Amino acid sequence: MRLNLGPSHPATHGTLRVFVELDGEIIRNMKLEIGYLHRCFEKMSETHTWNQVIPYTDRLNYVSAMMNNVGYVMAVEKLLGIEVPKRTQRIRVIMCELSRIIDHLVAIGTNAVDVGALTCFWYFFRERENIYDLFEAVCGARLTTSFTRVGGLYKDLPEGWTQWCRKVLANLPRSLDDVEGLLTTNRIWIDRTRGVAPISKQDALDYGFTGPCLRACGVGYDVRKAHPYYDYDKFDWSLITEEEGDTYARYLVRLGEMRESMKIVEQALDDLPDGPVNVDDWSIALPPKDQVYGSIEGLMAHFKLIMHGIKPPAGEVYSYTEAANGELGFFVVSDGTGRPFRVRVRPPCFAIYQAFPQMCQGQTISDAIAALGSLNIVAGELDR
Amino acid sequence: MKRSKYRLPLSQRIYLIAILKGMGITARHFFTNLLRPGRMPNVGYPEKRRNYSPRFRGLQILTVKPNGEIRCTACMLCATACPADCIHITAAEHPNPEVEKFPKEFNIDMLRCVFCGMCEEACPVDAIRMGTRYELANFERNQFIYTKDDLMRAGNYTQSRVTRP
Ligand code: SF4
Ligand code: SF4
Repeated sequence: MRLNLGPSHPATHGTLRVFVELDGEIIRNMKLEIGYLHRCFEKMSETHTWNQVIPYTDRLNYVSAMMNNVGYVMAVEKLLGIEVPKRTQRIRVIMCELSRIIDHLVAIGTNAVDVGALTCFWYFFRERENIYDLFEAVCGARLTTSFTRVGGLYKDLPEGWTQWCRKVLANLPRSLDDVEGLLTTNRIWIDRTRGVAPISKQDALDYGFTGPCLRACGVGYDVRKAHPYYDYDKFDWSLITEEEGDTYARYLVRLGEMRESMKIVEQALDDLPDGPVNVDDWSIALPPKDQVYGSIEGLMAHFKLIMHGIKPPAGEVYSYTEAANGELGFFVVSDGTGRPFRVRVRPPCFAIYQAFPQMCQGQTISDAIAALGSLNIVAGELDR
Repeated sequence: MKRSKYRLPLSQRIYLIAILKGMGITARHFFTNLLRPGRMPNVGYPEKRRNYSPRFRGLQILTVKPNGEIRCTACMLCATACPADCIHITAAEHPNPEVEKFPKEFNIDMLRCVFCGMCEEACPVDAIRMGTRYELANFERNQFIYTKDDLMRAGNYTQSRVTRP
């Protein structure tokens, strides 16, 4: 029998079309069709200034928008050859790790829903709401954050935010423990996930896997460890790896990574220096508002920057960060004008999704649903 | 298809223990919610509303001077900075020569706006701010074009703009 899964099916978490050839319940063959959520991100970037691209990056992996913001501005900053202040780096690390937690919460929560365990979803979404409240207090939006700017941030942290963040973090283990208690040793969950859609170490590497899905196969590769940025090497945290490469291993890796991310956030909060968040260069970051309102130099720099945009030197740069799903790379090309000549995104999902048919061969259709949830394919990032 | 290459410990092979453990966790939540309903994360919208922070990026506000005139000088910076191209300004000469320029029309197309806050960031005279109003549903497309008067009033909104067809 031939069956269409999607494009709009609740289990696809987005718009993916999977065309499966079934023999009874067993999947014999599978064909993927992507592009339903294609929004021309890369082409759109070319008609906007460097800073105007940031709201578009929110919509790549919309589950963890902060990480796309950071990944993109890091690439532009590399092109400009500037380093942002320590405080900004720390704040970006905090935001990234909080986003990673959210992303993993959603990945595990929805994966559990797909196999019929709704409760975990509620326990996780309570924590997710709390973290979204934190985001909203910082940048004014919950989902589409647009928090970073080239050379700095949209705004500094508000008063009392760090204590609030600690409080939210202190509540998080409670939900993690609850869900761990509900799932990790639960025979039903184990039956539905163990040995489901496994991928071998070699295949995962060949397909270009990164992130939790790769670490679930026993490869200890993480951009934060292998090519540290923003002082990730100075924090005390460990890599979580599992050997089996199946859905259950991916679940365990994600669960463990949330606890590691919490550790990183706590250390970054402890070690948060004072100072400005923007670089002191008015051709890159906007002048402070009192300078704009009160001095002619500030006003001129402000006008110039908004009208003409940042002008990085001509050249090209590839910059990559560890997003929740794996290596998120931005390849940016500048021709010296105020707009990008080309922006290319390397979405982690794309490589992972390619392997989906192979992983599901010979498994049942219900296993494919469980596997799809555990790969955490985010269509916004896949199709761009 | 081979599945169970893992050998589970006995406690896990018996469904009952895991089920009872899980029931324990859900029961704990059930009773804490029952005894302390105030701590449940639900918000009873629309009777109750979530409190957003002052930084919340909602419907834009056009600020006014103490004499009630619009503060905007029609410099077009917000329209330039807007990534969604949704601000449409028509500038005109102000009758008062001291003021020089002002926007005759100032429309924001809320169907295009992504609430990124770049207009607020770009304004050199603090004439546009992101307000905290977020319920912007309406019945017809043209009602989403917010005019200068709507946005100047947005600072002290009380009544809903929604008009039933
Ligand atoms: S919030 Fe963003 S999209 Fe909306 S009007 Fe302002 S700049 Fe344009
Ligand atoms: S940037 Fe401010 S002053 Fe200039 S047109 Fe926009 S609202 Fe008016």
